[in-house]
Amino acid sequence: MVRARATIGARVENKQRVLLDSAPRSKNIEMKIIIKNGRLIDPANKIDGVYDILVEGAKIVKVAKDIRLAADKVIDAAGKIVMPGLVDMHVHLREPGREDKETIATGTQAALKGGVTSVLAMPNTEPPIDCVKALSLEKSLIKKTAHVNVYICGSITKGRLGKELVDIAQLKKEGVIAITDDGASVDDEGLLLEAFKQARKADIPVICHCEDKALSGKGVVNRGIVATRMGLRGISSESEYQRVARDIRLAQKAGAQVHIAHVSCKESVEIIAKAKKSGVKVTAEATPHHFTFSQEAVLGFDTNFKMNPPLRGKTDLAAIREGLKNGVIDAIASDHAPHTENEKDIEFDRAEFGVIGLETELAAAISELVENNILSWPGLVEKLSLNPAKILKINKGSLGQGADADIVIIDPAKEWVVSKDSLSSKSKNSSFLGRRLKGVVEYVILGGKLVTTEKLL
Amino acid sequence: MAWTRKDLLGLEDLSKEEIELILSTADSFKEVSTREIKKVPALRGKTVVNLFYEPSTRTRVSFEVAAKRLSADVINIATETSSVKKGETLIDTGRNIQALKADIIVMRHNYSGAAVVLARNVDISVVNAGDGWHEHPTQALLDIFTLKEKLGRIAGLQVTIVGDIAHSRVARSNIWGLTKLGAKVTVCAPELIIPPGIEEMGVTVSDDIDQALKNADAVNVLRMQFERDEDNAFPKQIEYFRDFGITAERLKKAKKDIVVMHPGPINRGIEMSSEVADGANSVILEQVTNGIAVRMAVLFLVAQARDTNSPIVT
Repeated sequence: MVRARATIGARVENKQRVLLDSAPRSKNIEMKIIIKNGRLIDPANKIDGVYDILVEGAKIVKVAKDIRLAADKVIDAAGKIVMPGLVDMHVHLREPGREDKETIATGTQAALKGGVTSVLAMPNTEPPIDCVKALSLEKSLIKKTAHVNVYICGSITKGRLGKELVDIAQLKKEGVIAITDDGASVDDEGLLLEAFKQARKADIPVICHCEDKALSGKGVVNRGIVATRMGLRGISSESEYQRVARDIRLAQKAGAQVHIAHVSCKESVEIIAKAKKSGVKVTAEATPHHFTFSQEAVLGFDTNFKMNPPLRGKTDLAAIREGLKNGVIDAIASDHAPHTENEKDIEFDRAEFGVIGLETELAAAISELVENNILSWPGLVEKLSLNPAKILKINKGSLGQGADADIVIIDPAKEWVVSKDSLSSKSKNSSFLGRRLKGVVEYVILGGKLVTTEKLL
Repeated sequence: MAWTRKDLLGLEDLSKEEIELILSTADSFKEVSTREIKKVPALRGKTVVNLFYEPSTRTRVSFEVAAKRLSADVINIATETSSVKKGETLIDTGRNIQALKADIIVMRHNYSGAAVVLARNVDISVVNAGDGWHEHPTQALLDIFTLKEKLGRIAGLQVTIVGDIAHSRVARSNIWGLTKLGAKVTVCAPELIIPPGIEEMGVTVSDDIDQALKNADAVNVLRMQFERDEDNAFPKQIEYFRDFGITAERLKKAKKDIVVMHPGPINRGIEMSSEVADGANSVILEQVTNGIAVRMAVLFLVAQARDTNSPIVT
């Protein structure tokens, strides 16, 4: 049942994959699974209706009305939604280096529970993914312990220090599918321009964490009335959107593909919208916390609402929701950032930035976006599965014939309350604790194999 | 009405009635300090722990005197921030004090919200004696108490707060308390030390002290902590005194009986002249006296709330 594949996913043929797959999985018997009567949502193939799916081996073999065949397993999905597994392009798995926060095993187990079958692991591990040696270690760890497909994002600069570029071509050759210095923005314009040029040559996107530290400084919440009421230092929107504008300009100059991580403010959305109109290869993501909460959530000094970028004002929240609706924001990503209780349950100023999100992003998106008519169901699947797969150029996010059989079946009406006990992540720093959400993952098929229900509980 | 909160963390969360209850309770405790034997048994057998993460003399002493006049046992713990960084977490410290069977923690802390975090994690009472830039509720309560004593009311008064508003917990607590009781508040400071969005707290913002004093019934002069200007937001001392310092000349143009307050300690010649500090309009020492009564009231009320809320053990 363990799917441990590093970065090779899309381009590897079946036979090769068998060689790459690690030991603890079941034998190479081609299982036949039929999912019947579910509402199949597959925007890649413009499908939204009641169809059956036949899975054979690791692939989807057939999508049709009423498939009647003998199979090893038939799942009745009447009343359920059948969609491609989520592709979360912003995940901090923390291993190696901070296994007290999360490990590849616990993080990908959390992913599985959230219906996330592919993640892009951020490079701010210890050591960071800035050279082949660190990458090889990460790949071997993934191969041994991952429960879902893990793709690796390399860093832009060595040590993520913003001083010297990594060997982008080499990292790409060894399996990195994107680069980012996430957590920091590259201050040096010349260096970033060069990174964009090399990334274009290597045909990989550059993911930008947009923050001018000279402006955000020691801020811990959004600058404005909430920071003022709480007596905390603020982080202005300018510190983000000026860098969004700069990074888009540099990417355009280099002809590179740029992806803006965790958009938090109205101005950033506007800048991205304008750039898209003028034909720049820019995409953007929003996190569930940024499309659910505004800065008022932080008023009780609950550090589960302390993240970077911070929760902003109500107009920013509205702009992000609108951006998701009108397509300016392409993807939903969790920015899953596990931290231990010792790092979170302390004075607000001293607490780490960031929250977990793998296990709640699907239900949060259903509850906030579908229920409020911001996204249609196919629209939701685009944001959660199809678009991130396209941005990363991986063969995921679709249920077409011949596609990888990464499928989730969800009960869209079932409600649950997020509690620490309900979370598999090693860390419990969720903004959604105590919240009632709609949408429960009932089945996950990963690479053609049905994940046992115990793993989803 | 009855007081039901185990903690006093700030004035933002309190209702007008709760603030008035503290003030009237303080009023009845004020007399105790004038007796020959300055003690009542209200908190006999209770233990109050003063947990100070930031150096403070006047607030700590005021709380200590207040607790002792209520017959409580008082323990003072002074912890420098640097040692805390290396050692025990705030929550662990709080739980240890709770395990000593203390009843009330009075805490001063350099981080905003620290008292909120502590109160969430212990069952015993927490009284905020100042947390970062966030709140200093007992200071604001004693300011309001003094003002009410002097002018007979709070509703309808014009109160100007001048000084480093951005980094001031005293300013924030005063704004909440005064506006809840119906006063009109103006905050006056150089632009860089006015925090963004403060108008939304229901105050008027001014950078002209003469204008801000014009119709004021009272002026609360904040201490300018030049030694702590981490954000490099302060003007030069001499410029500050010239543009915002409270002087006799400036007061001549204000209401004759304007009440001048200061939470102390005063920087003479920086935020106000000595003439004003020691002058007829100044109530600075009365504030210190009233601080005892207000803190007695707060300690009494939170202790009583816990006693009332506790399950009855037979």
